[in-house]
Amino acid sequence: MKIHSGTARSKKKGISYAKWGYIFLLPFFVVFVIFQLIPLISTVYYSFFQYFRKGLQIVGPNFIGMQNYAKLFATDLPKYFQNTLLLWVVGFIPQIFFSLLLAAWFTSSRLHLRGQRFFKTVIYMPNLIMAAAFSMLFFALFSDNGPVNGTLISMGLIKQPIRFLASVSGTRGLIAFMNFMMWFGNTTILLMAAIMGINPCLFEAAQIDGASGNQMFWHITMPLIRPIMAYVLITSLIGGLQMFDVPQILTDGTGSPDRTSMTMVMYINNHMFSRNYGMAGATSTVLFILCAILCLLVYFVMTKGSRDQEVS
Amino acid sequence: MTDTAAASQNEKKRKKAKSPARFGCYVVLVILCFLCLFFFYMLIINSTHNTFQIQKGFTFLPGRSFGINLRNLMNNSDIPVLSGIINSLIVSALSAVLSIYFSTMTAYGIFAYNFKFRKAAFTIILLIMTMPTQISAVGFVTQMQAMHLRNSLIPLFLPSIAAPIVVFFMKQYMDSSLPVEIIEAARIDGSGEFNTFNTIILPIMKPALAVQAIFVFVAAWNNYFIPALLLDSANKKTLPILIAQLRSADFLKFDMGQVYMLISIAIIPVIIVYLFLSKYIVQGVSLGSVKG
Repeated sequence: MKIHSGTARSKKKGISYAKWGYIFLLPFFVVFVIFQLIPLISTVYYSFFQYFRKGLQIVGPNFIGMQNYAKLFATDLPKYFQNTLLLWVVGFIPQIFFSLLLAAWFTSSRLHLRGQRFFKTVIYMPNLIMAAAFSMLFFALFSDNGPVNGTLISMGLIKQPIRFLASVSGTRGLIAFMNFMMWFGNTTILLMAAIMGINPCLFEAAQIDGASGNQMFWHITMPLIRPIMAYVLITSLIGGLQMFDVPQILTDGTGSPDRTSMTMVMYINNHMFSRNYGMAGATSTVLFILCAILCLLVYFVMTKGSRDQEVS
Repeated sequence: MTDTAAASQNEKKRKKAKSPARFGCYVVLVILCFLCLFFFYMLIINSTHNTFQIQKGFTFLPGRSFGINLRNLMNNSDIPVLSGIINSLIVSALSAVLSIYFSTMTAYGIFAYNFKFRKAAFTIILLIMTMPTQISAVGFVTQMQAMHLRNSLIPLFLPSIAAPIVVFFMKQYMDSSLPVEIIEAARIDGSGEFNTFNTIILPIMKPALAVQAIFVFVAAWNNYFIPALLLDSANKKTLPILIAQLRSADFLKFDMGQVYMLISIAIIPVIIVYLFLSKYIVQGVSLGSVKG
């Protein structure tokens, strides 16, 4: 529709502005192709090659077909994929729970909570913090002779320092907790925006019909914020698959104990440092396929949302 | 229980019945806020203590070693803090400027002109919007090596020209608050297309530009993965790499006062900016998303 009226207009005036559209888009797409698209293609390309450094000698690149993938799926990948997903899930459950709770409270006209701006400001803050620094801070605080242990000992609660980072659940728990802290404020704000976008008439009508707060939440709010819940879930999963800074710094890139907190991007990073571009490329390609599927889902959620809006 | 009982009663009684529930909400909120603030408070306090005091446990009062910690860190030849701060500032500031200028330009191109690939271009931008850059790290690093840009700051800020998420945000903002008539009026007055964009559109977009500039700046300031792969020489390193370096050094031998000081230098500037602009930043978060 719009395109049609546009061409009609430009014909009438005899000037076409179409070329300006291309000129304005040119820098974006040139940079995109050079710095993102070509690297992506060459990443996939490298994944079919044997290409690594052995001492000072560089082996390859030799074409070896799918061998990198075969090796990857037979050995390390399933474990690191599980680690990554587990770390994400353990952080995401409290994240979505508290975000929903807070968003419902903040938008409730019955509760009418005061100091909302303060609370929102505070809970969003960790989202802007450098993940590497945040992780380093946790490492320093929770290390064997750090202040957490120091405090617990001086209070007489424990005799020996708790070695948080030597236990599987301690390390994973800390990583998930940091992710939760960094993201629940962001999610709360997104969900609040969604809830406030709901037509207030619906709530008023329900209230007249005698619906309780709980009923309104489950039967009006939840179904109507489903698109944004899907958006939050998928984008969080995309972010979760990329998890790197926090576990990398906390475990110094080792994924200790016994590689139980090694994520997929940490694995890529390790191969990058040993210049094994073939294996790093294959892992990246697997991640790319997963992310591409998720990006498509985000696209459908978003475009569906706007279509619904046009109708209403 | 209280919910259903209260709903059927009149306004005054309902308010009374609600107060325990409200109190419960405040308790949960205060606990969450405490969690968010506690670690940063501890960070600031610890940066004013020396190693020995820090290991004894948490104290809630600042110590007297702030100046000594700062001086020791600045004089530490293993950690080039000053050049780290400067490098981080250069990368973040240039990323912010390039990304908001060119991404707004892209969004404007899609918003204002009708051309054949308009819809396709916007679809591509939406599709790559949530695509993380980490996945192409292998190709990116090898390509930068081939272009002799490894160990340089250029590949850290130049790619910001193509920031799909900023384009999307700007397009949303234009759709909601940029009247097309302005462009028509400028054309009638004889303004060139570039001139219109630079002198009329950009000033109107100022609030959106400011918010996005902050987001891009912070993201670049915090970025660790790609810089760590590209930068080798000590005087090129950015702050996150220096922090990672602390972790890999023999940590226990380290002066903890310096460790907390370096973390503070990385975190506190962002917190200060945030405290001043939190209202706009929080608004920006909700505007940038899809509408439910």
